[in-house]
Amino acid sequence: MTQDLIPIYIYSRKYYVPEGSTIITALEYLGFKLKKGVGCKEGFCGACASLYRLKGDYKLKGGLGCQTVVQPEMQIVQIPFVPAPKAIYKIEELQPDSEIFVRYYPELYRCLSCNTCTKICPQELQVMDFVQAAVRGDFEQVANLSFDCIMCGLCSARCPAEITQFNVAMLARRIYGKYLMKKSTFLEQRLKEIESGKYEEGYRELMSLSQEELKNRYFQREIDFQIT
Amino acid sequence: MNERFLRIKRIVLGPRNREFSKKVEELSGETVNLCEQCGTCSGSCPMVGEMDITPSFMMRMVQLGEEEVLESKTFWICASCYTCSVRCPRGIDPAKVAEALRQIKLRAALDFLDISKITEEEAKTLPQIALVAALRKFTG
Amino acid sequence: MTRMPYYPGCTLKTKAQNYDLSTRAVFRELGVDLVELPRWNCCGAVFSLVTDDLLRQVAPITNLIRVQELQGTDSVDDPRLVVPCAMCFNVLKRANARMKDNPEDLKKINDFLYLESQPYRGEVQIIHTLELLKEISAKRIKEQVKFPLLGLKVSPYYGCNLLRPKDVAIDNPENPSILEGITEALGAKVVFNNRRLRCCGSYQTVSEKGLVADLVYDIIKGAARAGADLIITACPLCSFNLDWRQKEAMEAHSDHKLIPVIYYTELMALALGIGNGFGGEHFVDPQPLLQKFLEKEKGGI
Repeated sequence: MTQDLIPIYIYSRKYYVPEGSTIITALEYLGFKLKKGVGCKEGFCGACASLYRLKGDYKLKGGLGCQTVVQPEMQIVQIPFVPAPKAIYKIEELQPDSEIFVRYYPELYRCLSCNTCTKICPQELQVMDFVQAAVRGDFEQVANLSFDCIMCGLCSARCPAEITQFNVAMLARRIYGKYLMKKSTFLEQRLKEIESGKYEEGYRELMSLSQEELKNRYFQREIDFQIT
Repeated sequence: MNERFLRIKRIVLGPRNREFSKKVEELSGETVNLCEQCGTCSGSCPMVGEMDITPSFMMRMVQLGEEEVLESKTFWICASCYTCSVRCPRGIDPAKVAEALRQIKLRAALDFLDISKITEEEAKTLPQIALVAALRKFTG
Repeated sequence: MTRMPYYPGCTLKTKAQNYDLSTRAVFRELGVDLVELPRWNCCGAVFSLVTDDLLRQVAPITNLIRVQELQGTDSVDDPRLVVPCAMCFNVLKRANARMKDNPEDLKKINDFLYLESQPYRGEVQIIHTLELLKEISAKRIKEQVKFPLLGLKVSPYYGCNLLRPKDVAIDNPENPSILEGITEALGAKVVFNNRRLRCCGSYQTVSEKGLVADLVYDIIKGAARAGADLIITACPLCSFNLDWRQKEAMEAHSDHKLIPVIYYTELMALALGIGNGFGGEHFVDPQPLLQKFLEKEKGGI
């Protein structure tokens, strides 16, 4: 099976790659040796952030190299790294109060609500909304809206107010998880039960069975929910 | 207070002066030549004590197109209280002229406020409104 | 209950929660349900005064689009946007007017905001909480006062953003009387501070604390000379400066007299009998003064 080759531009040089390639597979096809700007290739690590423009469209778009399928005449550049200020702190010494943003990321308050960050986000997150939530001191909202952020950096690269959205969100999520989120009491309880040896006997019994016996036990297990 | 500016004995107006004056007029939307130097704005300004030149003098320098006005501290001390705006007998808005001068500096990436100088103590008490406003006025 | 759109602003959600809570409580008592705008964003606190800057107009305009969105649902009766913070009010009202006067600029901004659910049509009306109280009338407020604040000497402080420039002014810029009218309706005594219209220093408080402290010293002195027990404000920044910068004023001026500063809605809540429990961080503690009136009250919010 042969695939059609389509033209794309990498750092403004024209190449032909198989239709249906992603930016990363296109680069690999062409023989580029990727040392930066590539990672898990599963859309999770945020290393392969790229900027591109489509034919006939003035809009600048952002996407992950491993997830973005190339189009004919697409112009591509990789942004493997975005310089960003990173606050150094001890989480135990912080309070869940909006003043931590004033202290560690004061540029946050330069936000112009222009939505440029939201438009470029490859994860399609509501970036401006969580930045505004941080301005309002609403840690829970920041945590919920930024949950899928993979720290690719494109928002910060484009921001006219030079905010580092992903680091602000990281701080908010850490505070939320440590101080504000409801603790799972069931987990704590189960851990106590295990430590007290409640499951020791049953576990030892299972370990002593042969594979045949284990299989039997498995198929005869009690299923206490309805599968329809 | 303004000896540095008083040293200007002979003023020669050239095309560059006119350019600067026009630029400030465009940015602010104010016809600076209407200013008759009555001094009402200076008299009304609550911040005038800390300024190196008065608001009237600032307007004069803009009228004459003296770019040296950009070295003054005056328009940075402005608190945008608009007292001058409501009292000017000729209906000019000196607050807008001050903003235009700030923007000329800020657009050349010459910020007035260094955010890193905000102390930990200040970060605890400063309300958002103060920080947002200061960042809008003093950073570009 | 008349439901109206409500824009609190960032500071009312963080350092000035007492202003937010007291405002909502007071208006509920007076028959107005303030419905907070969904997904509102920071307005920018100051209005951009240069002619060519459109980026800093985006923030106020997106909020006005939120008002349009809210008006489109069945959540509000009176469509006018109510704003408690004086600076937010100034920005939103002027940005609105700027768009009305410059349809070309409005079109540009609407094009920029193509991802919004609707363009801004330029018809939102914005009023300040004090204007709404004026409509409700001092007479009606007086009727609902349960605990008249007899003997309390109050100095109203207006600041800048409610009265200037002229197209924003909610009252006469040189001789306003709104806050005085409310104070008297609550049974308290108004004292005249000749510095009630003077700027507190505003955002200069970030980098020029000394200058702000001098201005604050002057303003408080005016109130003290008139015999004030208490100062009331309508702006979180004025409140911060007049309250917290008294520390620096005290250090720089040996004859500085400390006077507590609270929001006018907190004073109203006290008199209307809906409590005194709004919190708020103060440098000059108002509680010792207000305790006298609290003896007649039960509980806070």
